[in-house]
Order: sequence, then structure tokens, then C-alpha cells
Amino acid sequence: MKLKGPQIFTKTLREEGVEIIFGFPGGAVLDIYDQIYKENFPHILVRHEQGAAHAADGYARSSGKVGVCLVTSGPGATNTVTGIATAYMDSVPMVIFTGQVTSPTIGTDAFQEADITGITRPCTKHNFLVRNIEDLAKTIKEAFYIARSGRPGPVLVDLPKDIMQSETEYKESNSLKLSFTEPKYLPDAKQLQQALELIKKAKRPLLLVGGGIILGRATNELKEFAEKTKIPVTATLMGLGAFPGTHPLWLGMPGMHGTYYANMAICNCDLMITIGTRFSDRVTGKTSTFASNAKIIHIDIDAASINKNVLADIPIISDAKSALQEMNQSLDQDHFAVNEEENKKWLDQIAEWKAYAPLTSYSEGDKIKPQKVIETLYKLTKGEAIIATEVGQNQMWSALYYHFDYPNTFLSSGGLGTMGYGFPAAIGAQVAFPDKTVVDIAGDGSIQMNIQELATAVNYKLPVKIVILNNGYLGMVRQWQELFYEKRYSHSDISQIPDFVKLAEAYGAVGLRATKPEEVEPTLKKGLNIPNTVVMDFHVEREEGVFPMVKPGTSLSETKLKKEELS
Amino acid sequence: MERKDQTITFLVNNKPDVLARIAGVFSARSFNIESISANITMNPEITKIIIVTRGDTATVTKIKNQTKKLVDILEVSHLKEKSSLQREMILVKVKLTNENRGKVMEIIKDYNCRLITLEANHCVLEATGNKNEVKNILKRLERLGIEDLSRSGILAL
Ligand SMILES: Cc1ncc(C[n+]2csc(CCOP(=O)(O)OP(=O)(O)O)c2C)c(N)n1
Repeated sequence: MKLKGPQIFTKTLREEGVEIIFGFPGGAVLDIYDQIYKENFPHILVRHEQGAAHAADGYARSSGKVGVCLVTSGPGATNTVTGIATAYMDSVPMVIFTGQVTSPTIGTDAFQEADITGITRPCTKHNFLVRNIEDLAKTIKEAFYIARSGRPGPVLVDLPKDIMQSETEYKESNSLKLSFTEPKYLPDAKQLQQALELIKKAKRPLLLVGGGIILGRATNELKEFAEKTKIPVTATLMGLGAFPGTHPLWLGMPGMHGTYYANMAICNCDLMITIGTRFSDRVTGKTSTFASNAKIIHIDIDAASINKNVLADIPIISDAKSALQEMNQSLDQDHFAVNEEENKKWLDQIAEWKAYAPLTSYSEGDKIKPQKVIETLYKLTKGEAIIATEVGQNQMWSALYYHFDYPNTFLSSGGLGTMGYGFPAAIGAQVAFPDKTVVDIAGDGSIQMNIQELATAVNYKLPVKIVILNNGYLGMVRQWQELFYEKRYSHSDISQIPDFVKLAEAYGAVGLRATKPEEVEPTLKKGLNIPNTVVMDFHVEREEGVFPMVKPGTSLSETKLKKEELS
Repeated sequence: MERKDQTITFLVNNKPDVLARIAGVFSARSFNIESISANITMNPEITKIIIVTRGDTATVTKIKNQTKKLVDILEVSHLKEKSSLQREMILVKVKLTNENRGKVMEIIKDYNCRLITLEANHCVLEATGNKNEVKNILKRLERLGIEDLSRSGILAL
């Protein structure tokens, strides 16, 4: 059967199980859009291509499926770059289709031409320029395969218009032979044995886990392992939800804005078992003093992440699930039991740190505290919402005060730190889970970076809730300027902001506002119950800071609890 | 750890973009490429790329791990200086005068160079050798007047 490019496109996507595309049309992809129209292929029209990429990302992070977006050549393609780089840094499986000018005009600075494979080479796991119609189906299959296998990531496929307009004999793509074979990521038995020996001998062991647990669907195995060994757990920003945030062994997030007790545990542990994290500088603080009393076991699917920032005593290249399964089994066979006395001493010590600096120690006054907004949101949603965040203080407060019990429920740009990520990501998550409560916790700065997607949310009746922690500042920038630049607030005052309630209404959404502490709970309750897109504008204490904080370049042992300790 | 020349060979699919991807890893991670050579292998679908970079063994491990992740890379190996063979080729255009003519011919003989062209005022010679040999040839020729020079990337087995 002879098929044209767009027909092969939709056929292959269906075979890959794609349920929805996030996109924005343009000249180079009109043929594909025509096919989408004819077939009524599920598609969400965003208002900016960055929104399409983040929405596909949010869809992928919340559902575990590959997110797909489709945009036109040139500016359409370049507009996705921030979204692609965001997904790349956080290992999110995504396939991005970009239109391209016709093959003969590639390289001639044709209208709306951009060398998008060149531009995205450093921020994609792989990318393709399709040169022949015969290669189309296979390339799409390979793109999906690469995006989801191993350490996942975004893959871009560039589609020249003339190639898409041509036709070829279509072969069922399950008969296509891919150029790749499924790699195995099983742990080396000897190294695993050595790791277990260390675990058995450790007096003050600690688990530090990252996004790899969630991507590798290893949360149950992690819980089993932690409970068997009674080892306390801390997780990086990307790992929030990998371990229940209400579990007695849970320590919260470590690092620059980590909890005091997670940071103290890192400084004092004698063994650190690290799984699926790349040791970001935001986690380690000064690396030379990081976990300096501990032996380090590092399990990761990506060999390049091991020994990159922190040297491991036992490096294990493996996916999180296989490694944890094998360790759990081994411990069962050995009838492993912890040394109760040592374990109690260690957990008591941690309890002492917790009591010394609990998260709830922020002061409340007559202004709304951002922390309180999130705590109330947690209470009202019973911790069962999908939370997306923007970047800045709003992100850190969300990470600290919304206690994530489930994987795939915290969507945040950890690696790239992209303002403007949260709202479109929330749209993507709401598309994946129409019946769940999906909330974007935003700053007044970040929300303005992709505010146009309000039209998308309203258009598709997606009841996303936006909680703006409105402090009239680029808050996190202001905090750094306060602490490290003697309060010279250079270009961080954004109090000239739109009336978010009116703005919501202008887009056809619902706008609510709270300016006093006693309005927080009623406003949230009301907003959560409205089955529409809702913008909730909370006017919070303007100069509230995120604490604890470790000054950049210093060691985790110097975790400060309030600003007076920092200057 | 000691920083020195490190030779890394890559077997890759002979596809467009592969070299750019490898070079991209070097530049994105702040590693310099001192020398590079590339050509197809006995199998025309597979290209061998040989890159010399400066760094310690940890640098090499990082490069290996980062490049192994690239889709079209089939194999990455680090060639140890002692157990590998390294050669490069130079083409040198040398000024010829009545005074230096004899000396140039002497060098050609000493190092087994090939005389490619010989004209009244200059000649072009070709030489291959390891790093030291090439260095020595160039040192001696330099005194006599090098007009132009091309060096290939390092070849290694
Ligand atoms: C696209 C982008 N530009 C700039 C930054 C740098 N940056 C990090 S946090 C921040 C302030 C964010 O302000 P706001 O969204 O109001 O959130 P708040 O910190 O007040 O919660 C800025 C500008 C960034 N992370 N992303």
C-alpha cells in the first residue's frame, strides 16, 4: 500500500501508542496538520511552542509515557528549544517533530529555515533529519525507542516538507528492523555483593535517591529496601515522590534549600547509598566536604553520571529497579537484620536534628506566608494532587512543604531551572489525568513567562489550578540580592504586575484573590472546587526567604536556618 | 593527576552528524581536541575517528562515558601510549638555496622522507613518524626555512 508522509506519520504514532500531540501549526507542517484534521487525531493546540514542549514534558512526567509535540520549521522549532533542554536535563522521554523547509532549499537560508538538528544537538538524546520518505517510519520508531530506553530523554525528528509530501510503499512498522538492540542494565554481581557487605557493616547508613527511581519505576523496591534495612531516605528535587513523604524514615530534600536534618545526615553518615541521581551541585554544596565521612555506593543507569561530580567507592551501572530487586532478594536470603542498637542511635540522632530544626518553624504574622499556602494546599488535597511548579522560591517551598507520597506527582524543572515550565506542564498532566487535581504553584514572575497558555487550558476545559505566590518580586533573585548583594534589588522588583484576577477572567478562566492569612483556606477550598481553570492570586509577605539555606560554594554542614545567620 | 596527550579511538556509524556530535561532547564538556583524524574502516559503513586530547585518565573516562551514550557510536577505546602504535604524516615545503640544499637532502635521507616535488627554489617533502620523529624533523628543517606545513591527525593502532 502506497502512503504519503503524513499518513505514515499518524500510522506510526498510533502504533507507538501515542494518544495525544501537543502542537502549533505552520507552513512546513501543513500537510501533517491536514492529515490530523482528516483523521481527527487527538491534538492540543497551545499558544506558544515552548508551551507545547513543556506540556508534552508534563504529560510524560506524570504518565510515564512518551510526550509528543509537533511544530513548524524555523521559529516554531526554535521556540521549543527551552522545553527540549528542560526535558534533556531531567531525562524526560519526549519526541519532538519539527517541520523543515524542502530538502533542496535546506542550507540556502530559506524562509523559516533553522538548522534545528544543529541547534538541538547538545540538548537532545539524539536527533534525526529525515532524508528519504522510505526512512520515515523507521526513524519515527527509532526516535520513540531512543526516547524511552536506558536513561530517557528528548529526541527530535526534523521533517522536510517535500519528503512528507512524497509517498512510499508502507510496511507495517513492527516488521521494521531497528538499528538498536535493547541494552541490558543489570548490576554486576560482585559489585553488588561488595555493596551489601558495606551495608551490613554500616553504622550510620543513608539512602540518597534521585529521579532515576521514578523513571525506573522502582519506588516499591526502594520502600522495601529502606524498610528492610531501616535506612533513612533523602531524595533530590527530582526524586520527590520516590519515597513516601510521610514515612518515618523520610528526611526531606537535601542540598542548598534542603532540610537541616537531611543535610546533617549527609554530613554524618558513614555509608551513602545513592541511586539514580547525578550529584547536582545544588545537592552537594562544596563537593570536597560532601559526605566526607562516608563510603559511597553509587547506582546509576548512566555510566557517565558515576564519578562525574563525586567519587564512588562502589560504582554500579544498573537500572534502579534491577539493583534494588537483587539487593532485596539477597537480604532475604541472608535473613538480614540490622544491628538494633546502632540503628536506634542513628535514628535517635536524626530525630534530634528534626526536633532542633523542623520545617514548621517559620513565623506567622498578619501577612500571608507562602509556606502556609502550600501547607494548606497539601491539607486540602490530602497530598493527592499532581503539583507542577515554576522556578524560584515557589519551587523550593513546594518541594519542602507539600509532602509527596507518590511518584510522578511532582513536576518541576530541576536541571535547567526553567521559569515558565510549570503551567504548561500542568496542562500536560491534566490532559493525561483529566480527573485528578492538578496545580501549578507559581511565582508572579514565572507565571508571566507562559501565561498565554491560559487560553489553551480554557479552550480544552482543563481545570488546572494556578496558585500564584505573589510577592511582587522575582523572589529568589531578591533573596540572593538581600543576602549576598547588600539588598541592592537590581531589577528584581516586578510589582508592576497585571491584575491576575482580571487577567484570568479575560482569558475565560476564574480568578480569585487572597490578601489576608484568614483568606488562604477559603480561597483554596473555593478554587479547588471550581471545575474550571482557576487562577488564585495570593498576596504573600514580600520579603519572605526560603530556609534552610546553604550558601553557594560552602559545605552542607553550614546549613543556615535564618537570614541573620547568613550575612 | 598527570595531564598528557591521550589518544581515544571511536568506531562509529558512517552517518552525517556523527563527527559533529562527538566534537559537541568535547566542546560542551570543555575538553580540547589536539588532533583528529577520520576515515572509513574495512567496512565502509563504519568510520574510525582518532582524537588526541590533553588530560588525565579521569578526563579520558569522562569522555568515554559521555561519548558512549551517543547513538551512532559503536565502540570507544583509550589507546595506552606504551602498547599502541602512533604515527602522523607531514607535508613540508622547504626553501632551497645553494647553501642549504645539501642539508635538506641529508635530512631526507636521515629520516627516510619522500621528496614529492623538487623545484629550483623549494621542495616539498613527505614524512611519517611518531610524535618525536616528526618533532625532530621539523626542528631541523625549521632552521633551513619552512615555507608551508600540513600535519595530519594522529593515526594509531
Ligand atoms: C527562564 C528563566 N529566566 C531567569 C531565571 C533566573 N531566576 C531564577 S528564580 C527567578 C525568580 C523567579 O521569580 P518568581 O517567578 O516571581 O518566583 P519567586 O521566586 O518569587 O517564587 C529568576 C529570575 C530562570 N530560572 N529561568
